[in-house]
Amino acid sequence: MKRLINIRPSRGGRWLLGALPFVLLGLVYLGLSRARLAASPNERLLPAPSTMLETFHQLATEASVRTGTIPLWGDTLASLERLGLGVAISALIGLTIGLLTGGLPLLRAKLSPLVTVLSLVPPMAILPVLFIAFGTGEMAKVALIVIGVTPFLIRDLQSHALRLPDEQLIKAQTLGANSWQVLLRVLLPQLTPRLLASTRLALGSAWLFLIAAEAIAAQDGLGYRIFLVRRYLAMDVILPYVAWITLLAFLLDRALARVSQRAFPWYHAEEGDAS
Amino acid sequence: MSQTERQPALLEAQHLEKRYGDQLVLERLSFRVERGEFVTLVGASGCGKTTFLKLLLGTERISRGSLRLDGRPLPDEPGPDRGVVFQKYSVFPHLSVLGNVTMAEELARSPLLGKLYGAARRRARDNAVARLTEVGLAGALEKYPHELSGGMQQRLAIAQALMMKPRILLLDEPFGALDPGIRQDMHGLITRLWREQQLTIFMITHDVKEAFALGTRLWVFDKVRHDPQAPNAYGATITYDLPVGAQQRPPEALVERLDATGRFHPTSQETLT
Repeated sequence: MKRLINIRPSRGGRWLLGALPFVLLGLVYLGLSRARLAASPNERLLPAPSTMLETFHQLATEASVRTGTIPLWGDTLASLERLGLGVAISALIGLTIGLLTGGLPLLRAKLSPLVTVLSLVPPMAILPVLFIAFGTGEMAKVALIVIGVTPFLIRDLQSHALRLPDEQLIKAQTLGANSWQVLLRVLLPQLTPRLLASTRLALGSAWLFLIAAEAIAAQDGLGYRIFLVRRYLAMDVILPYVAWITLLAFLLDRALARVSQRAFPWYHAEEGDAS
Repeated sequence: MSQTERQPALLEAQHLEKRYGDQLVLERLSFRVERGEFVTLVGASGCGKTTFLKLLLGTERISRGSLRLDGRPLPDEPGPDRGVVFQKYSVFPHLSVLGNVTMAEELARSPLLGKLYGAARRRARDNAVARLTEVGLAGALEKYPHELSGGMQQRLAIAQALMMKPRILLLDEPFGALDPGIRQDMHGLITRLWREQQLTIFMITHDVKEAFALGTRLWVFDKVRHDPQAPNAYGATITYDLPVGAQQRPPEALVERLDATGRFHPTSQETLT
């Protein structure tokens, strides 16, 4: 009898095993939804899949009377714009500061305590401050993402820079590199793939901050829509929207992973990961 | 002292001492090394060989005495006059073989970007290809270090270190992690490069036979004074300074002695950090 730790599923088997929990969850939902709908046809909490599909189709094709835009696409565009802008700004700041504090001990001594303290401030707690400072426009939402995500990126990149073998820094100096060249030719290229990896991890919290900010003050956006229809218990809107957000998050994550593997094969060979 | 003796040696130390806090690591180190010598350093682990190499590199400062390269005090940071090959992590994982070797020229000629373009880039490439051909890597120009075997990575590291034409080349157990067969090839390579380019080499090794086969001069680092009450009170020094050559065989007594001291330190894989 083979040990359990040595039994590996075949390729097809892996797919099947992976799909099984989804199928089970779907069946449980279907059963519950059907039971409740049988008891009362106007039940809104667990809408039938057909209702959800119909609502989703409507949201994705029919322009809203009030704003003249198609809700799903308008919301998606607005949210992705905020998310993209927030994450891009965070990545830029994170890479710059992480590179500098990781490479220059003088700056690290100055900035590290500040970054550590800032990273401990719960971003949601200062959301009111942001609304007061920036108004309830786009700026506050982007700022929340930046404030929430940047300290993590800085700390992660700094620690990765510190983990690079000293031999490499010494080697670069024996090849005649000055400080700037060490940052530019040794640290920066090795931090860039790490930035992609930590951005992937940070996307989860970026979504969280985005939806929270949109829920509180916005005129459009995925988070805004969900919290708007909550008042009418419109689960037939909320559940498809959640699925849609999940799909977007998944696609973003896969896209970043793909870019990283294409652009930095040496990094993935070193980390020994296949994802 | 006569005028000829005042002529500065390539590397000269006088009463050099290195201590960390109250721990004395190296003491009473005095030597002259001339251009073209191949010095091999042996000794038990923890007897200061690696510290000595760090002093030469400039990542550590001497505590007392003097250490001069071409008559001038050694700068206390690494520089292009001293090339180095470590046991590992010597090459840049994010650069191809070619990129690793052209880097030296790119850094020297492009202070701002550290990169060359156009004709300058082609010239740097040609120089690099020549160097890589010397070490037998002409067939792997576009490969990345992770695609190379250990021996090939060390060949790359050597080619890279030689691009700056360093005054001295420091080798920190460069072949320690390689298979015996590959090691033989590397011995041939380093001997050939040393002869052809009149290099001055310092090589740390754990292998006494290797030290005898490669070097022209063998240094044994060891502690001569011991105080059982205060093990840190005395440091190591060069206890043997022997002229060696490929024809000479290590004296049995020395080999035995080194093996014996080595046995007290089973973790013999120290590296520079």
